[in-house]
Order: sequence, then C-alpha cells, then structure tokens
Amino acid sequence: MPVPNPSPDPSPDWSSEHPIWNPTAETLPRAAREALQLERLRALVGRVARVPFYRDLFAHREIGPHSIRSLADLRRLPFTTKDDMRRQHPLGFLAVPRRDLARIHGSSGTTGKPTFVAYTAGDLRIWSELCARFLVAGGLRPEHTTQVAFGYGLFTGGFGLHYGIERVGATVIPAAAGNTRRQIEIMRDLDPEVLICTPSYALTIADAARELGMDPRALPIRFGHFGGEPWTEDMRREIEDQLDIAAFNNYGLSEVIGPGVSGECAARTGMHLQEDHFLVECLDPETLEPVPEGEPGELVITTLTREAMPMIRYRTRDIARLYREPCPCGRTTTRMSRVAGRTDDMLIIRGVNVFPSQIEEALLRVEGTTPHYLIEVSRPGTLDEVHVKVEIHPEIFSDRMDRMQAVCERISREIQTVAGIRAHVDLVEPRSIERFVGKARRVLDTRGLSERDS
Amino acid sequence: MKLQQLSLFLENRPGRLDAPLEAIAAEGINILTLSLADTAQFGILRLIVREWDKAKRVLEQAGWVVNLTEVVAVDVLDRPGGLATVLKILDGAGLNIEYMYAYSLRRGDKAILIFRFEDPDRAIQVLLDQGLHVVDGDELMSVAAA
Repeated sequence: MPVPNPSPDPSPDWSSEHPIWNPTAETLPRAAREALQLERLRALVGRVARVPFYRDLFAHREIGPHSIRSLADLRRLPFTTKDDMRRQHPLGFLAVPRRDLARIHGSSGTTGKPTFVAYTAGDLRIWSELCARFLVAGGLRPEHTTQVAFGYGLFTGGFGLHYGIERVGATVIPAAAGNTRRQIEIMRDLDPEVLICTPSYALTIADAARELGMDPRALPIRFGHFGGEPWTEDMRREIEDQLDIAAFNNYGLSEVIGPGVSGECAARTGMHLQEDHFLVECLDPETLEPVPEGEPGELVITTLTREAMPMIRYRTRDIARLYREPCPCGRTTTRMSRVAGRTDDMLIIRGVNVFPSQIEEALLRVEGTTPHYLIEVSRPGTLDEVHVKVEIHPEIFSDRMDRMQAVCERISREIQTVAGIRAHVDLVEPRSIERFVGKARRVLDTRGLSERDS
Repeated sequence: MKLQQLSLFLENRPGRLDAPLEAIAAEGINILTLSLADTAQFGILRLIVREWDKAKRVLEQAGWVVNLTEVVAVDVLDRPGGLATVLKILDGAGLNIEYMYAYSLRRGDKAILIFRFEDPDRAIQVLLDQGLHVVDGDELMSVAAA
C-alpha cells in the first residue's frame, strides 16, 4: 500500500492557538502510521546488515527484511544495550562509510570514555525536525527569541536544541551553560521569551537573580523547555512559580539521537513520541514482555530513520508509562510519562550520567581505600551535591593533617577523572558504613526524583 | 630520646572523643598529654601515654585506626622569646616542623613542647648540639609522677 511521507515541508498553521509543526506527521491516523513504521522497519533491518554487530546476530538467527511481516515481528529482533555500544567503541555501530558522517556527539560512560554517536547530514536534518516539533508543541513561534543555556559540545543538548530552534525560524542566543550572572544580563539586554536548559539550572538562574536583588519573575522569559536530567512535578511547579513561566518537559537520549524523541504539548499530559522515526516499546525489564498500557516499564527504542548509527531495540533503562488514548491537542502519537526511574543504578548528577561502579573504580585507584563506601546525593539548593563517604584504613591514615587532606583531594581528583563529577570526599571511621548481606546499598539519593507522576 | 605518639582517626561529631579515651582508661593507662587537630569532617587525636604498645593494641582491638609516630619532647624556657629561640635553631638547621603542641605539665621555669619532625633523629642532634635539653620517655613520666 502507498505510504505517505510525513516529513516533507511542514506547514504549521501559525494562526492556530496551538500550532503543530508537522501536521501531516504528527496527526497521521494510526493505521497509516503503522504502515509507515512497518515499511521503515523492514528497510532498517536491511540497512543494519552493514553493522557487523547486527549482521552476526541476524545471521545467527536467520533474520532479514523478509522476517518482518508485521510490526509484531519487531519482537523477533535482538536487543541492543549500552554495553554492546561500549564493546563497539568508538564507532563500531556505523552503518555508513566514515566519510558520510556530518557530526559526532558523545555521552558519558562508565569507563570515563564517552560513547560516541554519529550523524549523517540526513540524520541532522531529521534531528532538527524532531526538536522543532516539540519546541512548537510547547509554544515556540518564529518570532520568539530563545536563550539556550545547555552545554554546547559532545553533549547533544546544546546543538540539538539550537538547530531545532533555527528550523522553526526563531532566534537563538547560544549562551551555553554556566556564568549565571551573564545569562541574566543577556536576558535583560535581549529580552528572550524562551529559556532552554536543565530544570535545575532554571532554578539556579532564579536564585542568582534574587542574589542580584532582582525579582526572577520580572525576567523576560515566558516559557521554557527543560530536559537532560530527571525532574519531578514538584520541581515543575517550583520553576513555574519562581520564574513565572510555563515549563515544558522533553525527552531524548544520545544513543538514539539526543533530545527530540518526545516532548510535551500545551495539554501537558505526557510527552508525544515521534513515532514516524522511533518504534517505542514499554517492557517489563525482567521478563522483557510488554507491560499493559499505562503501566511502568522500560522504554526500548528502535530508530526507524537513523542512517549513521541505527539502533535496534535499544534498552534505554528508563522507566516510564505509555498512553495511547487521543490527546486533546490533535496529535495522534503515543505519549510517554515522565521518566520515573532507572532499571540500573545509574545516577544523573548535574546532567552527567554516573554509575556507582565509576566511584568504586576511582577508589580502587587510591591504595588503601576500603571497599566500603557510600555515595550520598542531595540537592541542598538547586544543584546536585555528591558526598562520597570512605572508611579510613591504616594505609591512608596519617597523624599529619596535610597528608589526610591530600588523600581526600586525591580521591576527589580520581572521581573527577573517572566519573566526570566533583564530589566531596568524607573520610569516616572504620565500620561506620552499614554492611549489607548480598548486594550492598551504595547510594543514598535524597533528591526525591524517583517519585511517580502525580 | 624519641617518644612514641599514638594517632587516632575520629569523625568530627559530638561525643566521638569519649570512646577511645574510655577504652584506654579502662585498661588503667594514663594519658600524659594529647592534642587534637580537626577539620569540619574529621579529627586526628594524638596521644602520649605510658604504655603506648598496650594502648595501641586496646584501641585497635576496639576498631580504631591507630598510627604510631616518633616525636621529640624539648625543654623550652617558659618566658617571652623562649620558644622563638628553639624555633630559630630549628629553622637555621633547615628542620621542618610538621606540627607541635605543649606538654600539659611544666617543670620549674621550663615548659615541655612536643615536636613532630620529618627527621626526628637529625632534629635531636641539632637540639643537643645547641645545648638544649631533649626530654626522654622516662623523664617525661617522672615529671608526671612528681
């Protein structure tokens, strides 16, 4: 059957109160969307045969494009994990020749090495399109000025949003992350209506404005798109109240593209998944069977259109719920809830992915630190703070204070090197960290981020 | 001539000092002097006791991390400039003092200071050459007993 191509020139109706960036794609009837997904999935299975990892797995299971007769056949395909990506470091997952790459981004990994993600020019066009969709769903118009206070670099947030804003035709101020006082000066000079950053940084900006003797509610920002780290409904209320703005949530992960996998519309009843480009499953992380609709499960994402680094059934480790009932905004796509947790023990600290195993690795580099440690994560103000408690051991104990402080600094430096975060190191007395039978509890996270959606 | 000093790691929380002191008191070990260095998170308790080997064993058995260091006790004239004279001698010999603290008892017109040197043997030699009195363990005990 003929399949409509949903991403040619979008024709948003700017006169509407809530315009849709790409009405063809975003309001595609379900049957047409599934037909498109099936066609793209079949083509994908053919394309990924250029990736040795998939070629071997498919050969072993005798899988080819012929195996995909319906979308249900997705379940015959193998999973891809972050570990698989690490084993193919740096660019083993490329499905195109190296010269076809237009850009390479990266995400933090447990070994301290980034996991690289590559894009062709076509991938970058689609990425901008996807960011444009959620930006417009959350209120962006071509006449707006947008301040991007995300990091510009290997991290996908800065560049992803930047080009999405340009795609919409709005003005970008690439302020980048940090230097909060300057962010506020830029706001006062250039009157941006829109702010893009992590939710915690939005609160930092509000704090800084107050420190400068200003009312953060008087800043020109009217709404913001926040992402890059988990946050809660409570935090949304706080951001909206402190800055007098509307705060929108968006979701993405660099392994499949970056921001743009999903984002909220004005109804704010979940984030619309861009299903013409991603097939999203919600599975029980133990049985790997689908969970009933609306129940929490692990999101597993297949990239339907990525050229440079397509992913088959990538296990995100993010726990969320999917809702398929229609949204009042008119979009027909499935929505996902906020990410309510992780299936592994990964922590996101100030936007950096950190695994307890990285802290352990850092401690192992310092002779005489015991295997007993506890990672305490808190958010005393607006930013995450990490304290690593380490039990004292004769090998690192000295009667000299300067040596003891040097030990703390050395541990802190190793943590910075391995995990990429600044941590306070607290030496504690022997046997003061609770012992566990079996799996030790290494993390005490008091940020309250794991609560379910209200 | 050198004295054995015990150092203990303590967290900087109320009441943390009691337990080790009680543990050695229970063994009838008398503390000749002590000093405490601390940061916001932790402290280092330094002790000079009569039976340092027994005290070390008792503390380690009770779970503390104990470190043994050699320190030097020096007589200093208890009058203005008394300490400065000693420090000038040490400085002149290029001897680095890691830290120092006062002994709790005095002897006549002399105060006793406990020094932690990087190189205690050379420090003792320099001090003796300059005619200063280095107090050994037995002498220190006798001051306490007097």
